[in-house]
Amino acid sequence: MQVSEAWLREWVNPSVDTATLVEQLTMAGLEVDAVVPVAAVFNGVVVGEVLTTVQHPNADKLKVCQVDVGTGEPLQIVCGASNVRPGLKVPAALIGAVLPGDFKIQKSKLRGEASFGMLCSETELGIASNASGLMELPADAPVGNDIRDYLSLDDNLIELGLTPNRADCLSIEGIAREIAVINKHSFTALVVQAVEQSHDETLDVVIEQPEACPLYLGRLIKGINPHAVTPLWMQERLRRSGIRSLSPVVDVTNYVLLELGQPLHAFDADKLTAPICVRTSRKSESLALLNDQTLALDGQALVIADQTRALALAGVMGGSDSAVSDQTTAIFLECAFFNPLRLAGKARQFGLHTDSSHRFERGVDFTLQTRAIERATQLILDIAGGHAGPINNQVSEAHLPARNPVALRKQRIEKMLGIQLGDSDISALFEGLGMAVTSMADGWQIRPPGFRFDIAIEEDLLEEIGRIYGYNNLPSNSLLMRSELGKAPEARLPLSRLQDCLVDRGYQEAITYSFVDEAIQNLIAPGERPIRIQNPISSELAIMRTSLWCGLIPAAIYNLNRQQNRLRLFESGLRFIADAGETRQQAMLAGLVLGSVNAEQWGETLRNVDFFDIKADVEVLLALSAGKFNFRAAQHPALHPGQCAEIVTGNGSVVGLLGMLHPNLEKSLGFDSPVFLFELEQDAVLDKTIAKFAALSKFPSVRRDMALLVKQSVSAADILTCIENCREPAIRETVIFDVYQGKGVEDGCKSVALSVSMQDVSQTLTDVEIDAIFSRLLEKLAVNLDAKLRA
Amino acid sequence: MSASIEEILTQALQQLAHATDLGQLDQVRVNYLGKKGFFTLQMKELGALEPERRRVVGQVINTAKNSFQDALEARKNLLVADELQQRLAQDCVDVTLPGRGQHIGGLHPVTITLRRIARIFASVGFNVVEGPEIEDDYHNFGALNIPEHHPARAMHDTFYVDARTVLRTHTSPVQIRAMESQAPPLKVIAPGRVYRCDSDLTHTPMFHQVEGFLVDTDVSFADLKGVVFEFLRAFFEKDIQVRFRPSYFPFTEPSAEVDIECVICDGQGCRVCSQTGWLEVMGCGMIHPEVFRSVGIDHQQYSGFAFGMGVERLAMLRYGINDLRMFFENDLKFLQQFG
Repeated sequence: MQVSEAWLREWVNPSVDTATLVEQLTMAGLEVDAVVPVAAVFNGVVVGEVLTTVQHPNADKLKVCQVDVGTGEPLQIVCGASNVRPGLKVPAALIGAVLPGDFKIQKSKLRGEASFGMLCSETELGIASNASGLMELPADAPVGNDIRDYLSLDDNLIELGLTPNRADCLSIEGIAREIAVINKHSFTALVVQAVEQSHDETLDVVIEQPEACPLYLGRLIKGINPHAVTPLWMQERLRRSGIRSLSPVVDVTNYVLLELGQPLHAFDADKLTAPICVRTSRKSESLALLNDQTLALDGQALVIADQTRALALAGVMGGSDSAVSDQTTAIFLECAFFNPLRLAGKARQFGLHTDSSHRFERGVDFTLQTRAIERATQLILDIAGGHAGPINNQVSEAHLPARNPVALRKQRIEKMLGIQLGDSDISALFEGLGMAVTSMADGWQIRPPGFRFDIAIEEDLLEEIGRIYGYNNLPSNSLLMRSELGKAPEARLPLSRLQDCLVDRGYQEAITYSFVDEAIQNLIAPGERPIRIQNPISSELAIMRTSLWCGLIPAAIYNLNRQQNRLRLFESGLRFIADAGETRQQAMLAGLVLGSVNAEQWGETLRNVDFFDIKADVEVLLALSAGKFNFRAAQHPALHPGQCAEIVTGNGSVVGLLGMLHPNLEKSLGFDSPVFLFELEQDAVLDKTIAKFAALSKFPSVRRDMALLVKQSVSAADILTCIENCREPAIRETVIFDVYQGKGVEDGCKSVALSVSMQDVSQTLTDVEIDAIFSRLLEKLAVNLDAKLRA
Repeated sequence: MSASIEEILTQALQQLAHATDLGQLDQVRVNYLGKKGFFTLQMKELGALEPERRRVVGQVINTAKNSFQDALEARKNLLVADELQQRLAQDCVDVTLPGRGQHIGGLHPVTITLRRIARIFASVGFNVVEGPEIEDDYHNFGALNIPEHHPARAMHDTFYVDARTVLRTHTSPVQIRAMESQAPPLKVIAPGRVYRCDSDLTHTPMFHQVEGFLVDTDVSFADLKGVVFEFLRAFFEKDIQVRFRPSYFPFTEPSAEVDIECVICDGQGCRVCSQTGWLEVMGCGMIHPEVFRSVGIDHQQYSGFAFGMGVERLAMLRYGINDLRMFFENDLKFLQQFG
């Protein structure tokens, strides 16, 4: 909502400057987004009348004009505007005038002809940002008047960003009421006299939908002058509110909309076939609107219709074929109340948003219609003449909104807001806001007015007190009432522990969008059926990620394109899986590594990262949780078939994946070196096993090495599991320290070197005992894995 | 006899002086003090002499042997000291060369900011709760007193998954979920990603919010003001001006927007604060009775406040970041600035 400060001050004029006024509005909940002067700073410009124009002898495009500026002698002014002509009233800048941009007007000669001033356009006065020629003033503009006075240019446009609950301030009257209350000024709503009725004709109105339209006022005004012109003051006020002047009738309806907040609509009465009907649209009915849009209506829209067709989308916009035109001499003026709940969303459904729908959706005062239609009628008669008929007043009282009194308890004010106010202050405050106040034993009963749709409970009243008293003036309490000791759960790691661990291992955290490019998604996880957004911002952000890799990979490419050839990125967040009709939102932790293991440094040769580097990072994360995890060779469409592992928990569920990006993808995505990826379910790795102390052995531990000869297909995990399954209590740790194949090892086999550490809690192990353990191990290894001790 | 011992001692002392490392020195020691060394043999031969003679010769040998040992010890100390000096000189490195190994990475500024916010609230007993990001219409809107077609829905440009399912437009649904599952008193903060169908210079379709709320008996607007004031001062580590402005949210009543004195220009007016000297940083209010009703909390017995803030906005103000979109480009050069 944009309003003229001068117009507001005509209603209520507290002795505060613009800055204070604006601050008051903001601090009362009517946020001021901007204050803009109506015109730029200038002086010395008066209303001039062009008397004669003569072609400049030396310039085709210039004219030498004699201009009456009210000083007796006409001034000679050279002008190049195409619309300069005798009889035109224009702003004339006199010698000594200073125009916006500190442009001083001096006596000058243009191509040999003297010029004693300048005729101005709206742009030159900083009134509009563009103009096609001189600003044309009305014929009755008084010659010699200072243009700033004549056009009331010492004014500001105040732009309010109103919250949806404050529809009452979508009018000058509403804002003025607030200013009056804040400044403890008296305030009277605009008093409107009923116009004298000069004929008896009216159109019948049938309301089929009284719930949606409980109140409909219509009036026939005949004999208006189709050639009348909207007076300058009204045009200016409309313009300053961001509304273009169209014709007197339309301008008046817009003016009353701004002044009182009531949307009105004028139909060309000669184009109507009574009775007028307020009904729901018929299926496949169409309606051509004023904005040249043709709506295909469903059976749900509320329309104003006559006997032949739908005329208007109720409360939103009128139709083009019943609209007033420059031929119109009789109008049917509509002033209605539509139920906000029934109108909500209707405009948006058709991609529309109008000043009218904006107000009706939020709530228009249902007690305002008579005043508004009388006000509009009077203005139309004043400007365009004509004869007003009686008001056809259709009302369904039962369907009008209720305004029940709301109880306000005195102690609640103190308890909730922490302030004490005198009874008379409370009464004055609410009465100023247009509410009816009745005193009760422990407080008040307060009945909200028709223009407030946001007062239904005690809290709403408390807010009114708070905002008028000033939120900033309310006390502040820095002590929180209750506190209990915090918790320190140990069986669950905080995610931050894992994040910090990765940071310490050189990873940089990334945050990527949860919606991703379908193309990437299909490359990474072609098997998944991702969740799709119905109204994505673009096709690249249309699919909810089923893996964090879908965001990390583009982030890596982004950096690669910016000369980063070594990356360690991780991200934590949800992935979204459609699972048998259910949406699974699973917290994941994922990483991506490419380039050299370490950043380039002196004294070390650079080595590119490989599977076991990223596996080490994953193992450290898993170790934090102290749970038992195994790695198992696996297949994944995005990963290299020979470098892909699943992470399996002790109970067999797969909780993560790591591996090398498939070389095909590496190439097609534009990477120039191998990319390694991991992704873990947070739930699985955050569950921590709480440590349990085991006694330390006082006896020395013994390390024995063995080299096993096994088939190529036997994995390290097979060997370690086999040894573990022997359940030798003395074995503390088994470590693979070398894997060899080549000379000396037969084809298809490999040599795996292990060290086995043994220790007993009650004695020093003897060689005999150790040999016995080893022979049991070897037997089992031979039986299960066909392993032989390498000679 | 004694003269020859003198001579041999002189020769031995010369040999000690010529030994240039500990190996040579040890060889000299063996030659004179070893099992078959000169002094050892001389001592053995003493037994064959008559007692009187034995005493005299023994003394001479002992004196010579002691001199040798003293000289040996002195030479050894010298060589050890030399060797150490040499090693120290050899081991000398340019300590200004960088260390080797993995460099440290860093957290995203949003995470750093979220952690600071959580830490401030955790210090007075707020618990962190998280919720789903694909949310049903009821939790995102209905339970928060935003019925269908309410004009407030137009303030949220919502991404739809289907007619009844949205990407949450704010973290407030976590408030509902927490109140549905836990009984008051409650002190909760809910950080997380939120989504709005809007993308331009100052909007990204995804961003982060922290929702916080407190429910207890006798919670007042003054408590809300106090918590918000203290929080903002703790967050910015500065005694900044804070103001409360009436506003509207369907799920709070009374509702307020909170402005802080512009941290870029210290409230003097600049481009960032549109010359107003103030920056809007959060919305808040007293929890609306309708919200309590939808989660089954008796609003006569309990009251509460809730607040919500944009994490990127706070991070931008804290670190002077001037472009929102950088948060999600993940340019290393950007990310590495925050540690």
